[in-house]
Amino acid sequence: MSERAAPVTATEEQYDDQDPARDAREPADTTAETESEPERHPVTTGAEAVVRALENAGVEHAFGVQGGAIMPVYDALYDSEIHHVTMAHEQGASHAADAYGIVSGEPGICLATSGPGATNLVTGLADADMDSDPVVALTGQVPTEFVGNDAFQETDTTGVTTPVTKDNTFSSEPDRVGTDVSEAFALAREGRPGPTLVDLPKDVTNAETDREPDEPAVPRTYEVQERADPETVDAAAGRIENAQRPIMLLGGGVIKGEASEACREFATEHEIPVVTTMPGIGSFPEDHELSMEMAGMHGTGYANMAITHCDTMIAVGTRFDDRLTGGIETFAPDAEIIHVDIDPAEISKNIRADYPLVGDAGTVVSQLAEAVDASPKATKWRAQCQQWKSDYSMAYDAPEDEPIKPQFVVEALDEATSDRAVVTTGVGQHQMWACQYWTYTEPRTWVSSHGLGTMGYGLPAAIGARFAADDDQEVVCIDGDGSFLMTLQGLSVAVRENLDITVAVLNNEYIGMVRQWQDAFFDGRHSASDYGWMPEFDKLAEAFGAAGFRIDDYDEVADTIDDALAYDGPSVIDVHIDPQANVYPMVPSGGDNGQFALTEDQL
Amino acid sequence: MTHGLDGPAPEERPTPAGRRNKQGIRIDPEIEAKREPRRTVISVLVEHEPGVLSDVSGLFSRRQFNIESLTVGPTAEDGRARITLVVEEPDPGIDQVKKQLRKLLPVIAVRELEPDAMRRELALVKVNAERPDRVAAVADMYDAKTVDSSPETATFEITGARQKIEAAIETFGQFGIREIARTGTTALARGTDDTAAPPTESSAAEANQTQQFTQPTDDD
Ligand SMILES: Cc1ncc(C[n+]2csc(CCOP(=O)(O)OP(=O)(O)O)c2C)c(N)n1
Repeated sequence: MSERAAPVTATEEQYDDQDPARDAREPADTTAETESEPERHPVTTGAEAVVRALENAGVEHAFGVQGGAIMPVYDALYDSEIHHVTMAHEQGASHAADAYGIVSGEPGICLATSGPGATNLVTGLADADMDSDPVVALTGQVPTEFVGNDAFQETDTTGVTTPVTKDNTFSSEPDRVGTDVSEAFALAREGRPGPTLVDLPKDVTNAETDREPDEPAVPRTYEVQERADPETVDAAAGRIENAQRPIMLLGGGVIKGEASEACREFATEHEIPVVTTMPGIGSFPEDHELSMEMAGMHGTGYANMAITHCDTMIAVGTRFDDRLTGGIETFAPDAEIIHVDIDPAEISKNIRADYPLVGDAGTVVSQLAEAVDASPKATKWRAQCQQWKSDYSMAYDAPEDEPIKPQFVVEALDEATSDRAVVTTGVGQHQMWACQYWTYTEPRTWVSSHGLGTMGYGLPAAIGARFAADDDQEVVCIDGDGSFLMTLQGLSVAVRENLDITVAVLNNEYIGMVRQWQDAFFDGRHSASDYGWMPEFDKLAEAFGAAGFRIDDYDEVADTIDDALAYDGPSVIDVHIDPQANVYPMVPSGGDNGQFALTEDQL
Repeated sequence: MTHGLDGPAPEERPTPAGRRNKQGIRIDPEIEAKREPRRTVISVLVEHEPGVLSDVSGLFSRRQFNIESLTVGPTAEDGRARITLVVEEPDPGIDQVKKQLRKLLPVIAVRELEPDAMRRELALVKVNAERPDRVAAVADMYDAKTVDSSPETATFEITGARQKIEAAIETFGQFGIREIARTGTTALARGTDDTAAPPTESSAAEANQTQQFTQPTDDD
């Protein structure tokens, strides 16, 4: 990965003319940590306090774009060890930060200037908000005296982002600004994670201050309950012991709460079949016998049968999104629901919880494990689940004389990479094939836009993921042609930073998911979904300075994938797939999960 | 290569008999779970900081919760304000309203008030005063205070429960009403009961219970 410049440390002379008291105010912990830690000079401006807050929080990377109102912060970054990745578009910065947060578990940082810079971040913030991903956004703002006057590049950023952030702050005090950033960082990751934003007026960041930021801490009105009510835990344990058809439903909260291990132990100890939501992919190994894989609109048939017929559901860290539940009336209608969630507002929001367990996913699952004395007697049920796995197995036709099937490409990529490879996607059919035909076994390896469904997420997410992943983890972006077109300017960033990522564009010259719905529900009228003028993505990649590859035939698939993965830097494979390929199984919106269609005729 | 997806068609699969209602509650085939929408008063203690009112009103519009009225004012403690909301039950239920309010960072405490809570509204009513004696008689009936009078008009201040104010306005109607200004409801719990105070037990514990107060009686 990229070489970083040696940190610039303050020289004695720089501070010669200053108040000696300031020099004495050395932060206590700077020398204590490690020998190699660079000496930090005391902060002198609001902007330095902002950067110091990030450093104190352990931030190593930040993604952003320069601009007038954020310039003081960038000036302070110049002297920092934090590696700033200059993005081609702020939307990319917020997606990269989001993916960084998913893969690392620590908040991803994005920066933008006021006005258009800030508004360009909004899609990524909304995305992070829907998926509860930890992100901290720092936006420049016009000087306080111009706020409210429609000044150049002024936008009411806190107003615009209130509905799509966990919390946001207009930072108005030079002495507070560092602490505001520390607090935003702590809030982004505490409890139910989410995006936070600090709006930074230029006069505040430019102003003199010697106030070191406080350590990251959440504000006092923010309370998180770690342990669930013991009585309800006991009641739920009783229900589990007596269950005849139990399942565990694992959502994204399992991964965010680092509860995968606890859930795996619980499921295997009591032999309970496991389904995941889309954000929950990776929480349980999909190659395990108990795994029923993903449920919901494009989930496996067996997961949807299991979810529909269970009598006890241990749902952990899921918000029961409609893409999972289908119609509420027919969702797990026989099941008593044990719902574990750190956010009380998720309990009984969409599906009524019979056993509400508010608390940290890992802690509560351990509490349950402790309380359950006997495994449910569910031999018949497990056999039934295995039967469904063979009845509704995932498969596809791939005749040699037809264009390449996308499922084949996804499987080939999976085979060519390690178990810990990180997959990012855009949104559409390719995203669903990436769910269905890749076998995920580890948490934090599946990076996608779930709740918001943001086309264009894949490439910037791969950039962010690359910085968070270990060097031996491959980062693969499975993208759609339409999705890739939306943010492919990010290739310039990947080339500049020499990021080892592989993008496979499943090119069907359609915005395929829309075409599939038009075929199913709009008499095949392909209004605005036919992209018959796609650029040649391999050549485009080369124009950016990346490696370009193209696949037209089955016999090119394996070798080309190997070449692209072997290339040390960004590579793009333009894969020409069957434009008519469709995603099945499918539960039509609001439908009954048990009535999933296996073909178009069954819709 | 392989063959396409197969397995029994939808109509050949077993389906469970059970159902849930719109709130995601399982319906006992014997007793249909019904839920009467209700109107209730919610009191919210907040940090008195800029933007808190827009946080609250934004939350309500974003989540399609129906606010009937909203009042706000300072409390005995510096830097804190009390917001009183009258809400109509949305589909996910009143509990969801309370839980979402609790998620806002400037919110310190949220409480749904009991039906016997003291609820008051204030109205200023400007009527034609061609018949001062009769106008005065009506004002007397409702304990209305005269706050302004002119040869043609009289303006009264009426406070009380919403029903009383509505009744007063209706009766004043006979003289011809020129203008009305009304506040929303503001309310406090009775006796030593705290209306909405910083939580003593963990606020999340409330996620485990469902409060089901009935319609406010509105007759105090
Ligand atoms: C930003 C954005 N705009 C529009 C949509 C609506 N949408 C959902 S899927 C889809 C088609 C995606 O096409 P493509 O990226 O080519 O993927 P494919 O379905 O062909 O695999 C569209 C337009 C969206 N999800 N996001």
